[in-house]
Amino acid sequence: MNDKVTLMKGNEALAMAAIRYGADGYFGYPITPQSEVLEKLEEEMPWETTGMVVLQAESEVAAINMVYAGASCGKAVMTSTSSPGFSLMQEGMTYMAASEVPALVINVMRGGPGLGTIHPSQADYFQACKGGGHGDYHCIVLAPASVQEMADFVGLGWDLAFKYRCVSMILADGLIGQMMEKVVLPEQRPRRTQEEVEKQCPWAVTGRTGMRPKNIITSLELDDDKMEANNLRFQATYREIEAHEVRCETVDTEGCDYLIVAFGSMARIAMKTMELAAQEGIKVGLLRPITLWPFPSKEVAQAAAGVKGILVPELSAGQMIEDVKLAVECKVPVEHFGRMGGNVPTPEEVLDALKNKLIK
Amino acid sequence: MKSEIIIAGFGGQGVLSMGKILAYSGLMEDKEVSWLPSYGPEQRGGTANVTVILSDDRISSPILNAYDIVVALNQQSLDRFESKVKPGGILIYDSYGIHQAPTRTDITIHRIDATEATFELNNSKTYNMIVLGAMLKASPMVTIESVLKGLKKTLPERHWHLLPLNEQALNKGMELVKE
Repeated sequence: MNDKVTLMKGNEALAMAAIRYGADGYFGYPITPQSEVLEKLEEEMPWETTGMVVLQAESEVAAINMVYAGASCGKAVMTSTSSPGFSLMQEGMTYMAASEVPALVINVMRGGPGLGTIHPSQADYFQACKGGGHGDYHCIVLAPASVQEMADFVGLGWDLAFKYRCVSMILADGLIGQMMEKVVLPEQRPRRTQEEVEKQCPWAVTGRTGMRPKNIITSLELDDDKMEANNLRFQATYREIEAHEVRCETVDTEGCDYLIVAFGSMARIAMKTMELAAQEGIKVGLLRPITLWPFPSKEVAQAAAGVKGILVPELSAGQMIEDVKLAVECKVPVEHFGRMGGNVPTPEEVLDALKNKLIK
Repeated sequence: MKSEIIIAGFGGQGVLSMGKILAYSGLMEDKEVSWLPSYGPEQRGGTANVTVILSDDRISSPILNAYDIVVALNQQSLDRFESKVKPGGILIYDSYGIHQAPTRTDITIHRIDATEATFELNNSKTYNMIVLGAMLKASPMVTIESVLKGLKKTLPERHWHLLPLNEQALNKGMELVKE
């Protein structure tokens, strides 16, 4: 057996991957179903090994603003929460986007709206991908479908955040957070030295020594023309991200009659639906968006060419389906199937939906 | 080879940790594994279940509607999951507190007296290992050696003196399933 393979929950993998990345700080407030992130970090005590700060804030509002402060200093900082807590963080998210600081924010979604339930949901898709906070901004949104991806996307999220000076999100759900699977964690990297931080982030507030110009981190700009220029710069960055950072996985899409577009845990369930469909002689392919923003529109359109219909199963009333419809420009029938409030469909339910809505 | 299993019972019976030990045993044999608990506000007295999949290939859905093996450790679990055993599959249930026995004829049913067996071992905490032993007799998907290796990996060293007792419980459980 490979000694590097271990078994852990998705939430624990997030925590371990953060330490291994050489993270500088985690600030969070416990909420089911992601409390194991903070618990695992407290158990590992990285402040005694790498020097990483782990702090339980007094609220989600405090946590996201601690992240904002750490990010402004060029540090690799993160928070994690679940849906109700993510709503509380929206002000901080838009401020960070406007201040162009890199950070990692994780939402392990649960059933809503309101306090809702503690069980899996994907109903924060709009909030994550279409804004959530006010103003024209985007976060890069990564949707893991396995415990391995929970671990991998921590590093990827931070790398992208630093590359584009934006907020990266991991949008998981209670199912991926709570399940255990095999995972290979990344090698331990040392935390960056202060010198390295200043070199990587010349814009950061690091204490002005010598003669370098002042760095100011702010989201406020009362001069309309300057604020519009800021917006144009943000939009240019978003176009760059759209051009270079789209990620998706396709399974058996070549020659399939029907296409399922699903992300996260729903994609895993859909893969079993494909097995069941194959037993009945129905050829179903899967396209799994890995980046929800930027959305793999071209890839969806490509996979949709020649199929008789597309099913978009989601743990919501139908959110990602809007992006799928835009991608295929209504050239193919696109149907939604969803469960809500923390309920998760079985692979059989998804197959029934495919038959009832598309095959009839 | 793929085994899709659900273990269901009362909170406090060791359902989740039995699943965890099984998953670790699969890991020891380089199998793909998934372990999904019915997480929630359940505590001792409530119901708990865990879905474990061991497979030679990539695992698709960690959540299922039909199982190769159902282990039901109380009446509610038996009522809820008897119909979820795949035709030709295996149902194992503890006779303790069962007033309505399963009726299906297209599956293999093993009635085990696991609760009673804990009295013989004089240790109620061995319960889930007895059940695991019975399950591995009914369907030897991993070896007992792998279970013990997995246990050693999950238990902190201060509990290693309990390994022989766990092995005894596994063997006891195997005796409960007749050919």
